[in-house]
Amino acid sequence: MEKSPADLLASPGLSSLLKSLKLKTKQQELLIRVSILCLVYVLAFIARLFSVLRYESMIHEFDPYFNYRVTQFLTKKGFYEFWNWFDSESWYPLGRIIGGTLYPGLMVTAALIYWTLRFLRFAVHIREVCVLTAPFFAANTTLVAYFFGKELWDSGAGLVAAALIAICPGYISRSVAGSYDNEGVAIFALLLTFYLFVKAVNTGSLAWALASAFGYFYMVSAWGGYVFIINLIPLYVLVLLVTGRYSMRLYVAYNCMYVLGMLLAMQIRFVGFQHVQSGEHMAAMGVFFLMQVFYFLDWVKYLLNDPKKFHTFLRITVTSAVGLGVISLGVGTASGYISPWTGRFYSLLDPTYAKDNIPIIASVSEHQPTAWSSFMFDFHILLLLFPAGLYFCFKRLSDATIFIVMYGLTSMYFAGVMVRLILVATPAVCLISAIAVSATIKNLTQLVRAKSKPAPMGKGTTSTKASSKGTLDQSMPFQRNGAVALLLGAFYLLSRYAIHCTWVTSEAYSSPSIVLAARGAHGNRVIFDDYREAYFWLRQNTPQDAKVMSWWDYGYQITAMGNRTVIVDNNTWNNTHIATVGRAMSSYEDEAYEIMRSLDVNYVLVVFGGVTGYSSDDINKSSLVTYYAFLWMVRIGGGVFPIIKEPDYLVNGEYRVDKGAAPKMLNCLMYKLSYYRFGELTTEYGKPPGYDRARGVEIGNKDIKLEHLEEAFTTSNWIAQLFAAVVLSLSLSGN
Amino acid sequence: MSHWSFYSDFYAFSTVFSDLVISKLDRQKFIVVVLLTLSDLLVQIDLSSQIVRTTVSLKVENNGIDPASEILLPFPEHHAKNLAFLSAVINEGKGKTKSSSDSLPVNVANPEGMPPQLTWYSITLPKALGKGGSLTLEVKAVFTHILRPFPEKITQADVQLVAFQDSAHYFSPYAIKVQSLTFKLPEPKVESYTKLENTKFSGSELKYGPYENLPPFSYKPIVVHFVSNKPFSVSQELVREIEISHWGNVQITENFNLVHAGAELTGEFSRLDYQARPHVRGASALRNLIAKLPPRAHSIYYRDEIGNISTSNVWSDSAKTLLEIEPRYPMFGGWRTSFTIGYGLPLRDFLFQSEGKRFLNISFGCPMTDVIVENLTIKVVLPEGSKDVSVSVPFPVKQSQETKFSHLDMFGRPVIVLEKTNVVPEHNQYFQVYYRFSNLSLLTEPSMLIFGFFLFFVACIVYTHADFTISKSSPSYLAKLQWDEVQSAIQQFLNIMNRCLIVHDKLEASLRDLSRTGDVQTCKAARKAADSLLKELSKEMRPLLSFLQSSSQAAQITPKVDELVLKERELQEKLMLKHSTVVDAYEKKSGGRDIDNRIAAVQQKISMLRQEVDDLLEIIDEI
Repeated sequence: MEKSPADLLASPGLSSLLKSLKLKTKQQELLIRVSILCLVYVLAFIARLFSVLRYESMIHEFDPYFNYRVTQFLTKKGFYEFWNWFDSESWYPLGRIIGGTLYPGLMVTAALIYWTLRFLRFAVHIREVCVLTAPFFAANTTLVAYFFGKELWDSGAGLVAAALIAICPGYISRSVAGSYDNEGVAIFALLLTFYLFVKAVNTGSLAWALASAFGYFYMVSAWGGYVFIINLIPLYVLVLLVTGRYSMRLYVAYNCMYVLGMLLAMQIRFVGFQHVQSGEHMAAMGVFFLMQVFYFLDWVKYLLNDPKKFHTFLRITVTSAVGLGVISLGVGTASGYISPWTGRFYSLLDPTYAKDNIPIIASVSEHQPTAWSSFMFDFHILLLLFPAGLYFCFKRLSDATIFIVMYGLTSMYFAGVMVRLILVATPAVCLISAIAVSATIKNLTQLVRAKSKPAPMGKGTTSTKASSKGTLDQSMPFQRNGAVALLLGAFYLLSRYAIHCTWVTSEAYSSPSIVLAARGAHGNRVIFDDYREAYFWLRQNTPQDAKVMSWWDYGYQITAMGNRTVIVDNNTWNNTHIATVGRAMSSYEDEAYEIMRSLDVNYVLVVFGGVTGYSSDDINKSSLVTYYAFLWMVRIGGGVFPIIKEPDYLVNGEYRVDKGAAPKMLNCLMYKLSYYRFGELTTEYGKPPGYDRARGVEIGNKDIKLEHLEEAFTTSNWIAQLFAAVVLSLSLSGN
Repeated sequence: MSHWSFYSDFYAFSTVFSDLVISKLDRQKFIVVVLLTLSDLLVQIDLSSQIVRTTVSLKVENNGIDPASEILLPFPEHHAKNLAFLSAVINEGKGKTKSSSDSLPVNVANPEGMPPQLTWYSITLPKALGKGGSLTLEVKAVFTHILRPFPEKITQADVQLVAFQDSAHYFSPYAIKVQSLTFKLPEPKVESYTKLENTKFSGSELKYGPYENLPPFSYKPIVVHFVSNKPFSVSQELVREIEISHWGNVQITENFNLVHAGAELTGEFSRLDYQARPHVRGASALRNLIAKLPPRAHSIYYRDEIGNISTSNVWSDSAKTLLEIEPRYPMFGGWRTSFTIGYGLPLRDFLFQSEGKRFLNISFGCPMTDVIVENLTIKVVLPEGSKDVSVSVPFPVKQSQETKFSHLDMFGRPVIVLEKTNVVPEHNQYFQVYYRFSNLSLLTEPSMLIFGFFLFFVACIVYTHADFTISKSSPSYLAKLQWDEVQSAIQQFLNIMNRCLIVHDKLEASLRDLSRTGDVQTCKAARKAADSLLKELSKEMRPLLSFLQSSSQAAQITPKVDELVLKERELQEKLMLKHSTVVDAYEKKSGGRDIDNRIAAVQQKISMLRQEVDDLLEIIDEI
């Protein structure tokens, strides 16, 4: 009543304006949802740019260098040249047929992005595109996660899932800027395929099933992990069949997805007929036929009204179908038409298999069984939320939640078998955790709001407000406070998660591993760029056709950055060749020289961390080298070569490089090259010359003379008494 | 050619020389008429770096009759082909008061009948030198690749030795009265040198002469073999791209292809030795380069094909920016590297306007001292839409034009390409590129972007409003259509409901007015208006309600709607009741408290009902 005249005049116009501007609840919700999604999208992208800010816009690690090189080739020469590319720069003298031995999805994607940007008149460099491909796809994954969460539960769960997956370290580890690897786009493709398939099952729509087949095709073109999809989906279908959830929707979705997906997948040369012939893909085919049997039985059941007759018929049909399947599988396997499971597949099902049978798989650190700490590191609170989410899923069981539960459980098992498969489990864990978070918070806020609702209305008088509050509080004492406390707790946990993710991303997953950084004595950052120093030296100062021998880890980098031919590289397709290099490295110099001559080797590259304390150098790897060379020597007609025996390099089963080392160890090529003239060097104050900082011992052989090799170039951190790689490249004087 | 005939009368070269060695030049075959005489000739040859700079100060005297307007400078072939830069200035006065005027024009000359082994240059004097006149000149010549490493291959522990060949006597078509020659060496260490009369070696200086009364074309070969550990950094290719952006930046990108052209390294390169005693084991290695960039250079980067190179430093002050870069590895003789440096410069320092044209005024050569550039390509990228391009360079260059496509370019930017071989720091002179560019063209690219986004949003709007259904008769499509209708019906219903509520508010307001003014008639009128309005609204509502009841899609909402309608009606009744009660009371002139008491029960009911109606509205709205 105490309004001033001015207010009275202004208020009707203003209020009507405000009323027209005021959004409806639904519009408000849409606005909030869209803006949250946009923020999550941007966050997912920028969280992955730590490495660019800390270091530079560069390609990381090993495999991405190959992908980068191939993408460069693709953008320069075009698709057909790329498809038919025979690369003579690797696996000398064998070469490698690139088009038929890779998953081209990543490269084609990057090239398409590049061409599109060029078409839109953005003069970008292909390197920038490659560096940012993984973050871009990670951002897209958050969108897929949102829609998937919405399909599984509700849009709230979708939003939480998008936010969780945007910063989950398990995913960030493989998708930071510069990590230009297949996984970068494959996780997007994986989640997209799953989402589309679940959507297809939920709607029974052919269109969605078709879309999921194309998603699957993209996945097949991008990563070998597609085998997970083609086994998980049949398994899911089987579970639905067993639990009596067979429906026409499922029939349409699976048949369309499988048949079209198969035909599309066979277009990828690296997969080809494997898709119908190899053991890993048989489950999908079996389930496909089973679906037909089910459909047929359904039809017969519809025709036959007599349940007794139907049961007899059922028994006969099922028995004969299963029998037929088993027989055809047996015949196929025996005749070699169906290839048996590969070692990698076995090693997933049986974690101990690789250790006993395939050392090349066991030798890679990312194929080791996962430690609990790395689960905690990569998932943090999601590890606790995962079971809670499973509980919610079981509470509201539907076709979709069954799928996510199965995806979660199987991928969790695989993540336990191999460290790198944490990546595959991450989306499932995020989605299930999102369900837990969303459901919990929704329940809690409902409790909080239910009571506070009369309060802000303002219409009800204070007396009614007080009375209603009183009555509710009496019926459930402290419920509201409890809910508020729990909400605060949930927000605390989520913010801890955000802090943890940021910390992990910045500290652990954003280093390119080509350039190493360390803290100097005064807290300043010291950069060790020795790998690139060596590669660039190779690129500039060796003949164009020089062949470089090194351990296979560095193969991709040498061809990509050094632009020189290598003997073996990270595509470990020919174990004999790798074993030959391993054998050369572990033989005496003159024997090694013979092998090198037979391979036309001009340069040998050895990575050595004895000066700086960089522990993942070749000496530490050579324990595997000998193991492996020896192993493969025995396997491939050991009589041809003088056999390298592992015990020759060990003393009482122990691996040493100091005075007590085995004589063969002290004189093998790897040892001599690594420690060449190292005995004259004092690496640490108060330690004798020739003190190896990586292994913390004084070396056993200080007087190393090379007969056939000479030092060609050594990078700068050989003496710098800091922590970095020292690369030794030695040229062959004979050639 | 007219002025050449003047000389050719005097120089009758009878034969053409087949031998390259000038010392074998048979002086007897020339008939040289001494027209010009050179005296006080002082030749200084600076051998302290790979770029050999000779400075000749000479006094020209005209002893002939005719005035001379040109002075000829001959260079033997191996000098001539390595000659990178030649300039001459007149030195007026002596000693400290020496003042140099602008450099004189120097041109390639081709005097008739001269041996092809000699390359001639002529200096055009500003005014002809009359009889008996004299003039002091300073001629500066810069040579590259003229120092030959000897031995050609050295190990890491060896010092680099180079040999230099020249003539002790100044090679000239004129007679020389007095001449002396001084070599400035990089280090006071000489392996050997040709010993003639009057040869003196002290410190890092080697002196020949003075020699007197030398006839024309006198030639005395000498060789100096000395220690030079200066790295011979030669850039075989240098591409400088100067990109002008009228938004305020000149972006310069320089691609170097560098080789150490000194004595090649043979044998091992030992890092151990190099790091233990870098100046003994690797004395001639190239460790760093210093680029002198213009002041206010910003966004400086240093990288190569495989990424950033972290070993660089920048110092800047108001006069310059110094960029010190180290190659990835120390460069020994014969080693190569390639890298790119780039930086931005403020546009206002380099772009000016004159006579309606804009012109860029920027330095030509490579910003590094002591680097020879064998092939320099300068690309000046002008903004898209530049016209009337012309270039002015103080020395001859090869010129061509191309286009470059950068961000958001439709037609490409005009690029002026200037090429020059054998470039030395002396070429770091300013050159100008003139062009016309309208300021409006600046807005093309932003407006293109804006238009692009606009199109995108329009496409989004069109997409959301268009119907892409293929089968218009499919059940799902029909169901969707029905649902849309139901939604719009509910929306209308809600609108009407809201209007009803507004009418209620008006009634309440009229009651409040009544209590303030006591004007019963107005209140009654308001009541009448409200009654008719409400009646109309309920009439409007009827078809909507019947539609909602008939539609199968609305099955779940209908009960709520019905409930809302009932509640509203009840609310309406109570309100009317309250209204008539109050109006009655006023007509009867009852007291305020009495009225309050009478309507208290109704009031409570009304507020409860209003609450329920609001809740229902919200619920329906959320569906």
